[in-house]
Amino acid sequence: MDVIIENLPQYWDGFLRTLFLSLISGIIALVFGTILAAARVSPVAALRGFSMTYVEIVRNTPLTIAFFFAAVVLPRLGVTFQQFEVAAIIALSAYTSAFIAEAVRSGVNSVPVGQAEAARSIGMQFTQVLSLIILPQALRTVIPPLINILIALVKNSSVAGAFYVLELFGQGKQLANANGDAVMWVLVGIAFFYLLITIPLGYLASVVERKVAIAR
Amino acid sequence: MSSVLYDVPGPKARRVSLIGSIIGVIVIGGLLVLAVVTLAQQGIFDPKRWAVFQLPEVWALIAAGIGATLAAAAVSAVIAFPLGLLLCLMRISDNAWIRVPTRIVLEFLRGMPVVLMMLFVLLVFATSSFIAVVAGLVLYNSAIFAEIIRAGVQSLPKGQREAGLAIGLTSFQCRLTIELPQAIRRMLPSLVAQLVVLLKDTSLGYIVAYGELLRAVQVMADFLGPQYLFPVFFVAAAIYIAIDLAVSRLAIWLERRGSKRAAGGVAHVPVAGIPAAK
Amino acid sequence: MMAFLTRRKSLLVAASAALALSLSACGGSSSTTTNPPVAEKPSFPADSTMAKLASAGKITIGTKFDQPLFGQKGLDGKPVGFDVEIGKLMAAKLGIPADKIEWVETVSANREQFLKQGKVDMIVATYTINDKRKAEVDFAGPYYEAGQALMVNKDNNSITKPEDVKGKNVCSVTGSTPASTIVEKYGAVLVPAATYSACLEPLRNHQVEAVTTDNVILAGFVSKEPDAFKLASDQTFTKEPYGIGLKKDDTAFRTWVNDQLEASDKDGSYKKAWEDTAGTVIKTTPALPTIDRY
Repeated sequence: MDVIIENLPQYWDGFLRTLFLSLISGIIALVFGTILAAARVSPVAALRGFSMTYVEIVRNTPLTIAFFFAAVVLPRLGVTFQQFEVAAIIALSAYTSAFIAEAVRSGVNSVPVGQAEAARSIGMQFTQVLSLIILPQALRTVIPPLINILIALVKNSSVAGAFYVLELFGQGKQLANANGDAVMWVLVGIAFFYLLITIPLGYLASVVERKVAIAR
Repeated sequence: MSSVLYDVPGPKARRVSLIGSIIGVIVIGGLLVLAVVTLAQQGIFDPKRWAVFQLPEVWALIAAGIGATLAAAAVSAVIAFPLGLLLCLMRISDNAWIRVPTRIVLEFLRGMPVVLMMLFVLLVFATSSFIAVVAGLVLYNSAIFAEIIRAGVQSLPKGQREAGLAIGLTSFQCRLTIELPQAIRRMLPSLVAQLVVLLKDTSLGYIVAYGELLRAVQVMADFLGPQYLFPVFFVAAAIYIAIDLAVSRLAIWLERRGSKRAAGGVAHVPVAGIPAAK
Repeated sequence: MMAFLTRRKSLLVAASAALALSLSACGGSSSTTTNPPVAEKPSFPADSTMAKLASAGKITIGTKFDQPLFGQKGLDGKPVGFDVEIGKLMAAKLGIPADKIEWVETVSANREQFLKQGKVDMIVATYTINDKRKAEVDFAGPYYEAGQALMVNKDNNSITKPEDVKGKNVCSVTGSTPASTIVEKYGAVLVPAATYSACLEPLRNHQVEAVTTDNVILAGFVSKEPDAFKLASDQTFTKEPYGIGLKKDDTAFRTWVNDQLEASDKDGSYKKAWEDTAGTVIKTTPALPTIDRY
């Protein structure tokens, strides 16, 4: 138990880094994922193809491979960075955006067809239909799955700990190695900090889901 | 649906679409070519580096890595599913003494990263990395399975349970014989999707030094020399993606077969926690 | 044949020797020159760990699988290195041939646990002796004295002593002693990696300025790529005595292992173990350090 209190600065440092990684990756993934979803339903065939291929491949790639690619292969390709957090953000955003694209797409599909038909019948273009009519309605169905994807993102950020970033999981390994006699308490502390983020988010997801269900 | 969002393209729109497609292909193609050229400049495509794949030991090690991945996935799946059923029964039990602690445990298991659970088992119980990987996967996925099946049970029409109780079945018998079979059949797509996620998560074994494919090739590259890192990595990545794609396709095929048979079809209910988001 | 073979010749010789040994059915006397002679029917006091292991005819030894020159897994799945040779020496003195040793990978974090729970009989895995660990396990030896050092890119002349890394990115393994030392004593910024070899790519790409760990491990990496890396200096700035980890309070076993270490120094098998493995890269054979019988 003391081992947690002694090392509180490291725990806190790791916790903040995890939050940072999750937040930045989450925002980038939301933006890129929505763009991918729009590309998937767009009239331009190349965009459709690219989006489909990207989502299929990334959804079937293990996260460790994605991290390995971002942290080890990319620098060889000339994409250098001084901080490995950049690699972590690249890997996490690229990975999560595929799932967000799928979630947004299923949200778009869940909007009644009549909405799009009505929009077109008054002369709206594709981009107008999507941005003014479809996406706002799709977002309501899509928010609970999105929150769940973000929860998964926070948990996935733990993989960064094995790829040169001292976030919460990395700190956990570090402290566990250094305190071989109190490993259990070290890891319990790490678990606590993760739950600090995931449980409130999970609660938020169920609250939103209930509200959306009633509204429908 | 997609064609509903825009008018059937007329000649001008088709031209614009074609131009857009060509530009898109050029840009993406250009990026890919750039990447390949940069790699070639660093000698990645030097045949000497790829000669290592002529060694049978290399393929034996890769096969061992694939085997380790599949073994961990299979064992975890076989244990996690019944455990998930049990946890589900406990979660929807009428007895609050069972229900509430189960709910707490499930929230706990779902909120933690899988790697953390693997590391915990590895270090605290001093097990082999295989057991750590399996334990981590089982703990996490049985909680997810429990939630999926619970969502299935809750999506059933109330009449099913009421009819069962009305003919004198106990609550437990009701759940076992009437509600669970229907729930499982309904949630089959989500369950199978989660199995694919389980397969992908075995790659996390890399972090606890389990000999799955990525670690196997890395150890191999360590021994042979760093110039072999990229060839073996690309091969490992390709194999991983191929296996996952195959299992995903299998899952989709199974779902299509199943949906033709299931009474009332299968539900595509978006459920909290299941967008296959790992 | 293939070009890489000539560069890896020394290690491949050791690996193929191990491969040949694993294929040979005969378990008694060794069929290659790299394995130590097995004692014929040694006798030990009844109820001692030595007697139990000798009568069982097999032993489980924990070692590293990813440290060049000391314990590294070869293509055939068996580890090779100086630690492995020391382990084989001990087993041979118990009358156990090298192919009856079960090698288990022990990483830095689980060494104490594995010994406590009896998962391994002994650990020879670049295991630094320190007081904190002595509370959990016993150490025989030390059998080698390493020291922490720095490895830099070949063209980097700005780092020659540990004080030069202040404020710079340095890579080391998560939670290892060198990692804590370089941060706490010398003020470097730690970039943690899962294994030592994972530090090589960031160094190569100039994302870290140096890699730090024990000098022998670094020498192994430098020897594989002498055009890319070099040791910052020949001086080590800490003392890392490697010991053989044993279950706590098994004094009889520890005394016996210490005796065997001293005997191996006298009969030349220690020297041979070094020359067959780490000695191919680090030419000076070390002397056995003074055994600490605490």
